[in-house]
Amino acid sequence: MTKKKSFLKEKPILMEDLDPSFKFEVAKEPGGENIKRCFTCGTCTVVCPVFSVNDQYNPRKIIRMISLGMRDEVLKSDFIWLCSGCYSCYELCPRDVKITSLMIAVRNIAVREGYIPKPISQSIDFLEKSGRLLEVSDFENIVRLKKGIPELNLTIPEIKKVLKKTGIRKAIGNSDTDD
Amino acid sequence: MTELKFALFIGCTVSVKGLNYELPTRRIADKLGIKLVDIPEFSCCGFPIDSIHHSSAVTLAARNLALAEAQGLNIIVLCSACGGYLTDVEKLFSDNKKTEEQKLINEKLKDLGYQYNGTVKVKHFARVLYEDIGFDKLKKLVTKPLKGLKIAPHYGCHYIKPSKIYDGFDDPIFPQSLDKLIEITGATPVQYRDKLQCCGGGILAVDEKTSVKMVKQKLDHIKEVNADAMTLICPFCSVMYDEFQSTVESTFEKDYNIPILYYPQLLGLAMGLDPKRDLAVKQNQVNVRPLLEKIEEIRGKNNVKTT
Repeated sequence: MTKKKSFLKEKPILMEDLDPSFKFEVAKEPGGENIKRCFTCGTCTVVCPVFSVNDQYNPRKIIRMISLGMRDEVLKSDFIWLCSGCYSCYELCPRDVKITSLMIAVRNIAVREGYIPKPISQSIDFLEKSGRLLEVSDFENIVRLKKGIPELNLTIPEIKKVLKKTGIRKAIGNSDTDD
Repeated sequence: MTELKFALFIGCTVSVKGLNYELPTRRIADKLGIKLVDIPEFSCCGFPIDSIHHSSAVTLAARNLALAEAQGLNIIVLCSACGGYLTDVEKLFSDNKKTEEQKLINEKLKDLGYQYNGTVKVKHFARVLYEDIGFDKLKKLVTKPLKGLKIAPHYGCHYIKPSKIYDGFDDPIFPQSLDKLIEITGATPVQYRDKLQCCGGGILAVDEKTSVKMVKQKLDHIKEVNADAMTLICPFCSVMYDEFQSTVESTFEKDYNIPILYYPQLLGLAMGLDPKRDLAVKQNQVNVRPLLEKIEEIRGKNNVKTT
């Protein structure tokens, strides 16, 4: 009963607030191509291990919101960042919507609009700095030497050049510090 | 027989947190005659930034593949996520026709002196053991079988999914490879609820609470069947179940004490490798000493029986 009540309290979705072109925008993004095939069966949500512990992440609902054109609500949301990328839904979707890739497509659009969770944007700093997502220190190499396995390069400086070439900073709307 | 020689793609997580995965892998490869070549210029595989900027991510992956290609090598990965992403890009280039996307990636790589022509095959170490080495060869090296041990296999996600990129080497719904690899060690793979459930590592950075709940579910299901340990083949799954097991214990006020072993550690034990020197068990967060003692105890009993 309480569930029904809260549903009625939700803000109505107004046609004039919707952006019907959003699904086409998503379909153009790599990974989002099959969005329009979804027939809302809900297999994705049923098999989702994240949904099973946190109903904020509901892939069927997210796809429905995209189809309706709720562009802002989707792109600004925290929930698009909650897909753990396990491919359970991807394997079982009867319409081959490729939901795992679809979520990545939506996130790419969100990032270009300036919506990016801080821990995610910090990963770019790490990557530029060291070429890896985690920092390798002298300590690791001391242990490696002791065990007789090859040392690691502490940094891979070339990665900063690669990322400049691919324009990751431009994509997230901030420029490189030494520009 | 053709020589088995691969570039070893260590990846970020193993580099910093997975000596207890990398070291036993190298020791086992030595024993099996698999030559592992280190390429120091390998970087992050690209996967973690796919969500931010797809074209940067695929370019990083293609650069890594190009580095291996330049030495005429296929790649062995330890991290399933690295494996999944590099395989994704491997498949992107497997089409001989030069697609627009291939051209775009190579255009970016060109100025940095790289080109990727699509000849590299990427395989997970467990898949190489399962497919290329085979059970007969592995069995010969198992000198100290782990009879009487109940091991819960954790496949993780990217090792077998999305299945369309993995040439059908294992079934994505009823996978067998890790169960069979456990059997080879003499241990018994135990079945448990939601065996294929994800570790939650993919969202640890954005929502620790949710990912810890996912870890709890898995540990509960493994506890239900009284497994002696869980074995896994991905460093991020290990972060979740080994490193975060204490977080789950304090959050939910419940003890688990489930040792988490990388598969090469389990196999190494069965091959008689030294737990500390060769398998770096000191790096495991959940204490594995009781497990090692149990193994010794079982062996003692078996020896008494046979003599």
